[in-house]
Amino acid sequence: MFKRVNAVAGARWIAVCFAVLFLAACAQTRTDGPVGNVKPGTGQDFVVNVGDRVFFEEDQSVLNGQGQSTLAKQAQWLNKYSQYTITVEGHADERGTRQYNIALGARRAQAARDYLVSQGVNASRIRTISYGKERPVAVCNDNSCWSQNRRAVTVLNNATN
Amino acid sequence: MRGIFKRLSVLAGRKALGLAFVAAILAVFSVQPAAALVEIDITQGNIEPLPIALPSFSAEGGDSKLASDMTNVIAADLKRSGLFRPLDPASFIQKNMSVNSTPRFGDWRQISAQALVTGTVIKQPDGRLKAEFRLWDVFASEQMLGQQFYTTPENWRRLAHIIADAIYERLTGEKGYFDTRIVFVDETGPKDKRVKKLAIMDQDGANVRYLTRGDDLVLTPRFSPTSQEITYMSYGGADPSVYLLNIETGQREIVGNFPGMTFAPRFSPDGQSVVMSLQQGGNANIFKMDLRSRRTTRLTNTAAIDTSPSYSPDGARIVFESDRGGTQQLYVMSAGGGEAQRISFGPGRYSTPVWSPRGDLIAFTKQHQGRFMIGVMRPDGKGERILTEGYHNEGPAWSPNGRVLVFFRDTPGANGGPQVWTVDLTGYNEQRLATPAFASDPSWSPLID
Repeated sequence: MFKRVNAVAGARWIAVCFAVLFLAACAQTRTDGPVGNVKPGTGQDFVVNVGDRVFFEEDQSVLNGQGQSTLAKQAQWLNKYSQYTITVEGHADERGTRQYNIALGARRAQAARDYLVSQGVNASRIRTISYGKERPVAVCNDNSCWSQNRRAVTVLNNATN
Repeated sequence: MRGIFKRLSVLAGRKALGLAFVAAILAVFSVQPAAALVEIDITQGNIEPLPIALPSFSAEGGDSKLASDMTNVIAADLKRSGLFRPLDPASFIQKNMSVNSTPRFGDWRQISAQALVTGTVIKQPDGRLKAEFRLWDVFASEQMLGQQFYTTPENWRRLAHIIADAIYERLTGEKGYFDTRIVFVDETGPKDKRVKKLAIMDQDGANVRYLTRGDDLVLTPRFSPTSQEITYMSYGGADPSVYLLNIETGQREIVGNFPGMTFAPRFSPDGQSVVMSLQQGGNANIFKMDLRSRRTTRLTNTAAIDTSPSYSPDGARIVFESDRGGTQQLYVMSAGGGEAQRISFGPGRYSTPVWSPRGDLIAFTKQHQGRFMIGVMRPDGKGERILTEGYHNEGPAWSPNGRVLVFFRDTPGANGGPQVWTVDLTGYNEQRLATPAFASDPSWSPLID
């Protein structure tokens, strides 16, 4: 019973998520477990059932437990669906200077990349890029938004068959 | 002599830009020695602006609107510097001034004018404009400066800036900065989908021209000190990289062939090299590329973020920011690399250092307790002064005479965005520079001289 309610709540969240283009908050609050109507091995499957992003503390590039767990699941998925190459995008919040944030985003992308490699993902499948503070997903003026912007996002590239 | 020659050669260079500028610039009137009563000491902090009278230039039967527009541009330049207070023309007693007659100094003393500028603009039979002006010391009752220029009519704004520079220089003893331009990043669209374009404008905000179309994310444009080129970062290629753009020809090229992202570029003072950061894994290090030989040299080698390099004006040293000690701080090293000395020690994080063209100061961004400030310190790290402080101030750049800093100020929230501001070295005279949309990353051109 509890599980069922949870799954419904989860599905509702997901509907909201799609409506707002995969806002980071959704990835965080999503319930665990696969969602039935998403085709396994698709980009949607990766975003919804695995989680495409991990978050960082202010001015940090160290992965926390939740981030490591998300990346471990990403690695598992990527090892299963080996036709994909990926780009790990590193981002920073707006409360830093431009050039430093470019390097900080690169550091975050590198931390996520290294973790994926440690979990068996072939390094040759991974490209990294940093957008610094140039591509925020949340635009309010407090930490609830800034914390969503301090992120590394794993983006699936076109499947190589 | 050398000054005049240099100026002519640069103006010839601008001809290629399509500006078809001045045929000749002659200092035709005698210039008095610097014994005049009216002078401004701009090294002091809070300056009482000098009252100056700028009656509309006469048109001698020609285009009186052009003559008055030119006078207004000159007055606006002088006013914005914070050093001059142009007087209300309605208060003028002597009317219909001619450049060729001696003013009735008593009339100008009576309205407390300390300096007076008279001028005329005449269209020549060949279509060119001829402009003359004289700068008068009202209390000494004598001429301080007189010059004559020829140009094509479309260059009238530049000519006004050149005259304003001449007045500024004669009265302050410092080079002016009005005949200059500012390159910046134009920002449009919502905060989470910003479109950024490189743009250039005159230092007073006029003549905005876009240099890119907004297809690619572009950041941190910097002027060459010696040519009509800028260096900037663009996301247009496989990796985000440092580019060169010739603003006359539109020609564009990647700087170097680096294995990874390059960013935070800046020219050397001789314009022959670009110094920048190269991202390698989690580390950013500083590299230099010689633009002629294409040779690259590594200047730092640390497991840290080393970025925002800026040369001293003699080219001997480089200031940069690094988090090698744990947080962003400023360091100075030899231009060849090697050991670096930390120079910032106050509370907070220091970044985006820029060496003054005069060599005496380094400007920076400082973050402390959620506030973003623009400040200056001496190259040894002493004498730190904060010039402006608030929610978000970032990225100072110097005027070519080292007296004014241009930077951007961001405002918070979904509808917030950056705008370009200037502040005097003294921390006074903060002013917003009007731009068509949000604008960031301003960088000043050298004086075109």
